[in-house]
Amino acid sequence: MSTLSFDNVVNQGLALYEFRKGGRSMTDYKLRLPVGGLVNARSTAMAVLGLVVALVGAACSGGAGGGGGTAGSTTITMAAVDNPQMEDLAKLLPNFESAHSNIHVNIVTLPEDQLRQQVTTDVAAKSGRFDLFTEGTYEVPIWAKNGWIVDLTPYIAKDASYDPGDLIPGIKGALSYKGDLYAVPFYGESSMLMYRKDLLSAKGITMPDHPTWDQVAAAANAVNSSSVSGICLRGLPGWGEQLAPLDTVVNTFGGRWFDQSWNAQLTSPAWHDALSFYVNLLKSAGEPGAGNAGFTECLNAYNSGKVAMWYDATVGASNFTGTAATNSGYAYAPTKLTPYSGWLWSWALGIPSTSTKKDAAWTFIDWATSKDYIKLVGTKLGWSHVPPGTRTSTYALSDYQAAAGGFAQVTLDSIAHADVMHSTVDPVPYIGVQYVDIPEFQQLGDQVSQEFAKVIAGNESVDQALQKANALAAAVGKAYQGS
Amino acid sequence: MATMARNRSRILWSAVGWLVVFVFFFPVLWMWLEGLKTEPQAASSPPTIFFVPTLTEFQTVLSGDFPPFFINSAIASIGSTLLVVVLGLPAAYALAIRPVPKSRDVLFFFISTRFLPFAASLVPLYLLARDLQLLDNIFALILIYTTINLPLGVWLLRSFLLEIPHDLFEAARVDGAGFFNELYRVVIPLITPGIAATCLICLIFSWNEFFYAVNFTSSVAATAPIFLVSFISGRGLFYAKLAAAATLASLPVLMAGWIAQKQLIRGLTMGAVK
Amino acid sequence: MPETAASVARREAWGRRLPLLPALIYVFVMTQIPFVLTIYYSFFNWNLLKPGSFHFTGLDNYGTLLTDESIRTAVWNTVVLTVCVIAISVVLGVAVAMLLNSDVIGKGLLRTLMIAPFLIMPTAAALVWKDTLLNPLFGLLPYLLTPFGLERVDWVNRFPMATVVAVEVWRWTPFMMLIILAGLQSQNPEVLEAAQVDGANSVQTFRRITLPLVRPFIELGALLGSLFVVQTYDSIYMLTYGGPGEDTTNIPFLLYLVAFQGFSIGQASAIGVVAVVLTIIIATFALRTLFSIFQVEARR
Repeated sequence: MSTLSFDNVVNQGLALYEFRKGGRSMTDYKLRLPVGGLVNARSTAMAVLGLVVALVGAACSGGAGGGGGTAGSTTITMAAVDNPQMEDLAKLLPNFESAHSNIHVNIVTLPEDQLRQQVTTDVAAKSGRFDLFTEGTYEVPIWAKNGWIVDLTPYIAKDASYDPGDLIPGIKGALSYKGDLYAVPFYGESSMLMYRKDLLSAKGITMPDHPTWDQVAAAANAVNSSSVSGICLRGLPGWGEQLAPLDTVVNTFGGRWFDQSWNAQLTSPAWHDALSFYVNLLKSAGEPGAGNAGFTECLNAYNSGKVAMWYDATVGASNFTGTAATNSGYAYAPTKLTPYSGWLWSWALGIPSTSTKKDAAWTFIDWATSKDYIKLVGTKLGWSHVPPGTRTSTYALSDYQAAAGGFAQVTLDSIAHADVMHSTVDPVPYIGVQYVDIPEFQQLGDQVSQEFAKVIAGNESVDQALQKANALAAAVGKAYQGS
Repeated sequence: MATMARNRSRILWSAVGWLVVFVFFFPVLWMWLEGLKTEPQAASSPPTIFFVPTLTEFQTVLSGDFPPFFINSAIASIGSTLLVVVLGLPAAYALAIRPVPKSRDVLFFFISTRFLPFAASLVPLYLLARDLQLLDNIFALILIYTTINLPLGVWLLRSFLLEIPHDLFEAARVDGAGFFNELYRVVIPLITPGIAATCLICLIFSWNEFFYAVNFTSSVAATAPIFLVSFISGRGLFYAKLAAAATLASLPVLMAGWIAQKQLIRGLTMGAVK
Repeated sequence: MPETAASVARREAWGRRLPLLPALIYVFVMTQIPFVLTIYYSFFNWNLLKPGSFHFTGLDNYGTLLTDESIRTAVWNTVVLTVCVIAISVVLGVAVAMLLNSDVIGKGLLRTLMIAPFLIMPTAAALVWKDTLLNPLFGLLPYLLTPFGLERVDWVNRFPMATVVAVEVWRWTPFMMLIILAGLQSQNPEVLEAAQVDGANSVQTFRRITLPLVRPFIELGALLGSLFVVQTYDSIYMLTYGGPGEDTTNIPFLLYLVAFQGFSIGQASAIGVVAVVLTIIIATFALRTLFSIFQVEARR
């Protein structure tokens, strides 16, 4: 045991080469060595030095991807979620910068999960990396309460043409805290059922405007074939992905996350029925790879005609192409025990309290959420690209009605009937339609949806998953009991 | 007869070899091919095997703001690698040639830090970086990558140094060389291939590093992996663009590894027995 | 005043220590300071999302770990992932190395192509695997498996650990192969010929001559490889995000989830401390094995 020692290692190294003795002077060794070893040492060193100088120069001068702008100009950094409306915003950035030459906007686009994580870390740790960001109806009340984001009321008041009264009431309410707007909506959505009229009518099915889930399931199973799946539903784990539609199903089946005393309710019959229904529907008529299907995957599947129906965000319809665009019908979110079941969500723009460039940030936000921006998108990029669900005036524009006619009304109505305060059959102590507006929900929702993903993959039973999920929820609920 | 049998066996084993290598190389090839397709082709079912290559998606990827990401990656990788050599070479020297008392403990300490799950120190480092204004600053990444690669660098360099015959140093000392002279005239020329191998390995790991890059940078200092991930789009099909971006992001390290293969092998096998 | 022998010796000793100091101090500062902070935070109940939650709770966080299934699952997953990846890639690496060491046509090109998986950015590779090769809707593998009726199998979600292991094996086999190839190439051809003359067949030659020679290289590959595979994060993040459930959450990923998804800093720190302690224990054993490599060689 004692021979396994370090000193041995070091000595062995030297000892091994005692054997290779030969020649005593340095010159002898020089001759024995391959030429390359010596000759290029100096030139390599020179080359490396040159490279260092070049790199340091590159790093110092203007830097990579940052700074820039002429003297007197401000650069603001924006964290944006990578959805189509944001991409359009990035495309129209030159319009903003030419009108406001002293403000330069750096947009950092990230997929939703990462964006949330980065921005949450940033506000919570007060690192001040961003001057403005996209945040959702979930974050705004929580962050406003913590004082992490800026109350925008004074800023709105400064702009006479902003017209906050034009903002759709449900959305406006969801983005307010104690009556003040802490973020302004960039786009808003509810959920609805989108379906291929042609594929359904080929099987003799017509979809009513307010279908029940049973009707939808029957239709999906009837249309389902080996080449076209009946329906696409999100299965991708994530509280903002799979749990969003699933939660609306739970709500309309009579379930809720917590009762008025913050007891977790996930083992209730309503939850059992809702989850079983969702999973079974996916199994019998759902898209393959449901476990990985989020909004994007379902959109792609629907657009390529691989699924006949899709229950998801109203904004999905704005991205239809080809046959899907011309042959789609739209129905309200399917229900069971409640009259409406669509969710409510909005991606809004807010300013962190740590920002040192609040005025510049507001100027940009003002521009991006104004009535003029809506018209700009419509004329420059097409009316179907207009961010939906923010302003009532949008829906009065005839051009928009023409382009989005099919789903505009359903969208507007669904948003109007989605109430973050009253979305379940029984009363609840929390707000939120497809989420529970507490800070712990991010982790709780993600963990619970991971368990459900296991069920979808066929590796766990519904009851097992609900047991685990309930335990997790109960642990979270405890902190709120007695408050 | 024996020759024919040997040739047959040669061809047989070559075929097996090529098949195995093809299977391993195929995903890389598929990545390149997907980048050369149009979006509908990249996401077609059944998958498109024969198609007319087009550079449209590559152009789209390149038309975005990609140089800053690559420059940042270059700065972080090369910067940290240089720092590893500058710090590591003297340390390796001290551990190999002129053993310090307690060398064993020191080397153990170095190597044990490499075993530490770096996720453990993520939060304290993040908060420290925030306080030092190092968030979204490329120097933070340089420092972190140096920390990650230094132990490996010291170990590798020490192994290379152990190759140098002891007498060379004695001869140098006899010739009256001081420490730096010894280092410059004796050690560095002999160890250049070793330094090259160490540099290459450090470069590979720094360039491909994702965890710290994504948590410590956002826009100014964002590196290549973040550029890649930005192509996971919320709108429509993105697979061809993603493949194109993946090809571009992997290209520098792939080229470096391919060109300096021999160095890579020497680096990896150093410390095995020699 | 003439220098005493003692002061000369001291100067010499410092002269030896000096070159070591910069690296030592650097690593010490960069690893120990965060670690000390981690230990400090682990005694507090601190959730970033709840301002004002920074309270001292002593060993509560550690207590939760004992009852929390997550960390046990994570440790298990880490072990399974590491052992499977290393074992399989070593076996494959030996096989491929032997192939490339024998008389095949185009050895150089084969080797060049073979190391590509190791050089490609792990993030990129994982995305390509998930979205274009294994994708149940558009992927190549489901298409190739259609004749077997397996075209709708969702590999990534139904067999998450197997998928992650497969991708990591794909990535690390070239690494193992390179190391073992170097070992094979250091074989003395005369010994092999002598064995052939003596009438040994290839299996015997392999077992008696090649394998013992290659063993130190295999051990080195396994050790170096484990160093990296234990810390796998990129592939898991891109392929399965730790799921479904917690099926592919390993220790680094669990730390990330607790710290950056739950923002529970105290809890994450406690997990971090435990992970470090476990690592040091394992590292001690592992490094002793490493030195046995030197020991075996020196005995020859």
